[in-house]
Amino acid sequence: MRIGIDVGGTNTDAVLMDGATVVAKIKTSTTADVTSGVVTAIESLLRSSGIDRAELRAVMIGTTHFTNALIERRRLAPTAVLRLGLPAAASIDPFDDWPADLRDAVGGRWRLAHGGHEFDGRELSALDPAEIARIVRELVSDGVESLAVTAVFSSLTGETEQHVARIVAEEAPQVAVTLSHEIGRVGLLERENATAINAALRPLATTTVGSFRRSLGELGIDAPLYLTQNDGTLMSADMAERYPVLTFASGPTNSMRGAAFLSGLPDALVLDVGGTTSDIGALVHGFPRESAVVATFGDVRTNFRMPDLISFGLGGGSIVRGEQPRLGPDSVGYAITERALVFGGDVLTATDLAVAGGRAQVGDTALASGVDPALARRGLDAMRAMTEDALDRIKLARDPEPVIVVGGGSILVGDELAGASRVVRPEHYEVANAVGAAIAQVSGEIDRIEPSDDGRERIIERARCAAVDRAVANGAVPGSVQIVEIEDAPVPYMEKRMLRVRVKAVGELTDVAAAGSVA
Amino acid sequence: MSNWQVDEDALESIVIGAAVLGTGGGGNPYVGRLRARKLLRAGHAIEVVALEDVPDDWSLCTAGGMGAPTIAVEKIAGGSETTDAVRALEDHVGQRIDAILPAEIGGGNSIEPMIVAANLGIPMVDADGMGRAFPTMPMITYFIYGISPFPCALADEKGNRIVYPQGVDDYWLERLARSSAVQMGGFVGCAVAYMSGADAKRTAIGGTLSRARALGDRVRLARAVRDEDVLDGILAATGGRTLFEGKIVDVERRSTDGFTRGQILLDGFDGDAGAQMRISFQNEYLVAWRDGEVVATVPDLICMVNREDGEPITVDRLRYGYRVAILGVPCSELLRTPEALEVVGPPAFGYELPFEPMEVVR
Repeated sequence: MRIGIDVGGTNTDAVLMDGATVVAKIKTSTTADVTSGVVTAIESLLRSSGIDRAELRAVMIGTTHFTNALIERRRLAPTAVLRLGLPAAASIDPFDDWPADLRDAVGGRWRLAHGGHEFDGRELSALDPAEIARIVRELVSDGVESLAVTAVFSSLTGETEQHVARIVAEEAPQVAVTLSHEIGRVGLLERENATAINAALRPLATTTVGSFRRSLGELGIDAPLYLTQNDGTLMSADMAERYPVLTFASGPTNSMRGAAFLSGLPDALVLDVGGTTSDIGALVHGFPRESAVVATFGDVRTNFRMPDLISFGLGGGSIVRGEQPRLGPDSVGYAITERALVFGGDVLTATDLAVAGGRAQVGDTALASGVDPALARRGLDAMRAMTEDALDRIKLARDPEPVIVVGGGSILVGDELAGASRVVRPEHYEVANAVGAAIAQVSGEIDRIEPSDDGRERIIERARCAAVDRAVANGAVPGSVQIVEIEDAPVPYMEKRMLRVRVKAVGELTDVAAAGSVA
Repeated sequence: MSNWQVDEDALESIVIGAAVLGTGGGGNPYVGRLRARKLLRAGHAIEVVALEDVPDDWSLCTAGGMGAPTIAVEKIAGGSETTDAVRALEDHVGQRIDAILPAEIGGGNSIEPMIVAANLGIPMVDADGMGRAFPTMPMITYFIYGISPFPCALADEKGNRIVYPQGVDDYWLERLARSSAVQMGGFVGCAVAYMSGADAKRTAIGGTLSRARALGDRVRLARAVRDEDVLDGILAATGGRTLFEGKIVDVERRSTDGFTRGQILLDGFDGDAGAQMRISFQNEYLVAWRDGEVVATVPDLICMVNREDGEPITVDRLRYGYRVAILGVPCSELLRTPEALEVVGPPAFGYELPFEPMEVVR
């Protein structure tokens, strides 16, 4: 048995799962401190299911807490960036393209130093331990508490960055260190940004994860705690304390993974209708298709693996205006159960139109009887047009595809959509995100550039093995690991033929598989 | 506008305009834009001189980055590579370079000349050798019209400088320079096409930086002011016409010998409802067929922009479902002569098609 929890901006959803079965589920309000909402959800699950908490093998939490801290610029540590690559990599300063208020919030200190590698693994320049030690001492005296270290081509070899970490551990053991090769892939500025964001979130991560741990202890749960990452896989609580940035955007991913699991459809489009907005994305082999566009958080460019999503302003609480009804973009949000007509309120919402149009039965349907049926019909047509437009934009080909509809607002969506071969509404659709957290796996990823001399097949095979090893090191059961993504592309404009190869492997979590609960 | 300065506002516009003129290729200007902005904020000036105002006896050369773009986004430039290449060229010829002559206005390569000009404290010429973007070095008017690719100088961030004083032709130079670039770390500064002001006036395409700026200005204005139609603005700034408006319904793309090749299919809407357009590309958009009939071919510019906001769509971002406008922009007359078409016409890219100017194809 395991518990999956998704902490969203409005709701905290949780499920208790036994193998592939949802044993209990709960939707509760997200609390400002995050933890008390999580505790309420777990207590409710335990009470309604009546299970022995000793049977729990894992608790998985997906949270937007760290994303929100960045966006709201709160509780960020005084952070410095140390970039290793001189005499290269000096033409753009670290933090250069950050919004000024965010740069100020983290202190925005940086230094350049020697170190790093060339694209083919040669040393770019020699690391100078004395130079690093001097810089670290200066930064500490400037009040820096957290350090982001980025070396040129560290995704090929993390050697330089690890050496720096050892020097910092000697000079200033109190300083938290984040190494960029553990955060992202090739692309220095974006990886450095992600590393700096991670560094700034380290103290908050320690507090938050610590408080999750303590709460589980107080609830008498000694099952291991995991947090979900943006690629739909898990990291241990210990890892999450060190890599909070990897939780960014895990919400949409969990919801899509949950939709795939609940519907049994690994390749489909997923429409998640919330209270204010809807997201549509595409599943490929059970995982969200990743976006090719640079992902930004708090207006900072990063190189995160983000699901390819189209968001549009339609949700259950969308406010309806006019005779040719316009829906949203504003919404009554979480107050829908007080302000929508069918809940006795005085605001005409998308949900009221769905009830008046006979599509859904929510709240007191009699309270929607005053809505003009013709208006309701036009409103439902408008919702359908918005949905079909987004659906057409997310597709990669003309052929109709199945559409899985999840989320609390999915009652707005009809059974006929242009471009959809069918509309699937799985059981437990309203807590698909929590299910996605509960079924999350562990992964290992490799991204490297190698000379093509060795032959494409052998290069890819080596990368596959390395990715599997990395997944196992991260906690996957060796036999369960599968390769889910292989990308290789020749590096253009090079006289010597080089191949860039990226491989991702995922497998079942050891603790869960050991309990025999996941097929 | 004969002499003007690139300020931060002009830089933003040029980046957008250059992306449109990049016709789907030309590389990502993000890193270059930040570098140029940093120099401007540090007080450097980027002075632009009109081609017709360049004295005949000035010494000019082009300067830019050479190597794999995938390396350049990881090993960000030290900052002095291209400037050092120009200095190496100067030392070799025993002449100061009076102004930088850009090679390519399309895409990211439009920015590097500004950086070099700012670093050296010399002007850049409002001109280039393509008026667009092309995938290889020989496809440039300077070499087409007899400017020698030698001498050529390379420099890396470590202090290495190489000069190629003499050689057979531009194809040989490209082979030699690329193998050195690999040894030097994969991305180097390059100074080439050393020529006089008189040569530049004979071989360069004038006014292209101003054109990119005006184009970017119109796109930004249309985004800021709702009533202004973004396509009208782009067409007014380039003298082109809309070839097609439609939705991408199929994308076929493959990577071979360092190039991205493929084709896309569009279903028309509005005035083009019921019609189909096919466009083939190799890094840049090359040929457009409407219902099987050729409507535009390289070297004329086939630009693809997002119908809503004028955002240029590069080849690597192509995907099903985009609503786009395909714009045809006549290329410079310098690219339409028999000797130019031999190098940049449809057959040079493997299409057995005659080049017909897009103004006469209807």
